[in-house]
Amino acid sequence: MAVLKKVEQVMMALNGDEAVAWAVKQSNVDVVSAYPITPQTIIVERISEFVNNGEMDAEFIHVESEHSALTAAWGAALAGARAFTATAANGLALMWEILYITASTRVPVVMAVVNRALSAPINIHNDHSDTMGARDSGWIQIYSEDAQEAYDNTIMAFKIAEESLFPVMVTLDGFTISHTLQNVSVLPDDVVSDFVGVRRIPRIKLPRIHGDKEIPLMFNPKYPITFGPLDLYDYYFEHKVQQNEAMKETFPIIERVHKEYGEISGRSYEPVFMVPYRTEDADAIILGLSSTMSVVKKVVDDLRERGKKVGAIRLRVFRPFPADFLRRELSKFHAVGVLDRCISFGGEGGPLFNEVRSALYGLPSRPIVHNYIYGLGGRDLPRSLIVKIYEELLSARAEPEVPVVKYVGVRE
Amino acid sequence: MSSQLVGWRDLPLGAVAFISSKEYPTGEWAVFQPKIDEKKCIKCGLCWMYCPDSAYRWDGEGVPVPDLDHCKGCGICEVECPTKAIEMIRV
Repeated sequence: MAVLKKVEQVMMALNGDEAVAWAVKQSNVDVVSAYPITPQTIIVERISEFVNNGEMDAEFIHVESEHSALTAAWGAALAGARAFTATAANGLALMWEILYITASTRVPVVMAVVNRALSAPINIHNDHSDTMGARDSGWIQIYSEDAQEAYDNTIMAFKIAEESLFPVMVTLDGFTISHTLQNVSVLPDDVVSDFVGVRRIPRIKLPRIHGDKEIPLMFNPKYPITFGPLDLYDYYFEHKVQQNEAMKETFPIIERVHKEYGEISGRSYEPVFMVPYRTEDADAIILGLSSTMSVVKKVVDDLRERGKKVGAIRLRVFRPFPADFLRRELSKFHAVGVLDRCISFGGEGGPLFNEVRSALYGLPSRPIVHNYIYGLGGRDLPRSLIVKIYEELLSARAEPEVPVVKYVGVRE
Repeated sequence: MSSQLVGWRDLPLGAVAFISSKEYPTGEWAVFQPKIDEKKCIKCGLCWMYCPDSAYRWDGEGVPVPDLDHCKGCGICEVECPTKAIEMIRV
């Protein structure tokens, strides 16, 4: 990450949740609806303080469940407001129905998800089972490595959502990021406010058979419209294909917003979709998401000192899945270890592994890809285990027919 | 309607309704359809009032007319009719 200081920023000691709350406060959000759930609680606590103290001109809706939290945010956004909500784990699970509805009706809600394990047994610690489960719901998913990135991603998310008309999930690791104090560079209020701008209301064109009428895509008594009514075998398929094709077109939007944000903040996050670390001449690399990759990078440094050709790649955007970038980036390595902080029960490895492996399958020469499932329910991934993974990858032989899926750090 | 079906590129964004429900002949699903015996009908309007799909047209004077394009054949009208003037016939 290149840091070129463009505007005077204030260094604040914030934990990840507070960083998100600050980003929301500065982004001209009109409506926040939320139900507190650990480890997301601090986000909505801070926002409710901001609103109460008059520091933030927004409507805070106290709801009785996450299902209602997202429903209220969706409704507010449909009425033209900039809406935000936040959740974690079981709260996200309770939003399931509305996740799909928000995405299919193309409503640009922004949601912070503080990654946490799903029950049962109840566990409040970091795990990616919650957002990985929501991968097919049509939300853009951006994974943050630290509190600074959680702050930056949240601001960018509003712009990405409103320009692409897709809801955006910004994720941060439970406790590891959400509750850990960090120095965060905070932009001035007016700079963020100018950057996100005023919420634009898109216009839609009704098909020719209805006279080419153009109307705003929102609840408006002047142009009464119905969102998501009955659509059987005659049109449902077309609606879903349209949504999927539109999602592929969000890549340039995500890239452009990152570029614009880099220009004001000096934090460029280039490349946007996957961040390579010391991969130039690497034989083995570990590919993973979010805060774990900080530790992996440290291990890369240690191993490089010992002459091992290793590197790391952190995937920032999981949905839309940047398969083309991945194919270009990964084909040159001998072996790739994919870290999954999630189990896909009964599947062939974790969700990230599945997508990486199938993205590479069509290549004439592809790396050996192994899957390492780690850290469920907040289990630590110490450096010693990462070193072991690298050693295994460096000596990996040609890909066996059956994928190698291993648990790392579990008691046998 | 089938002649007017458009492809995914021509659909408006956001799953917005672009066809009125009047143009959507959901009565195609029906297995039973009501048949009214005009001699028995006393024009009370209970069938019109109870129909969950608003599939009866009635001007308040003549015999109510079922709109078979939208009637799903539930038979509520048959049950509610006080003079047994409605019979559900298998389509």
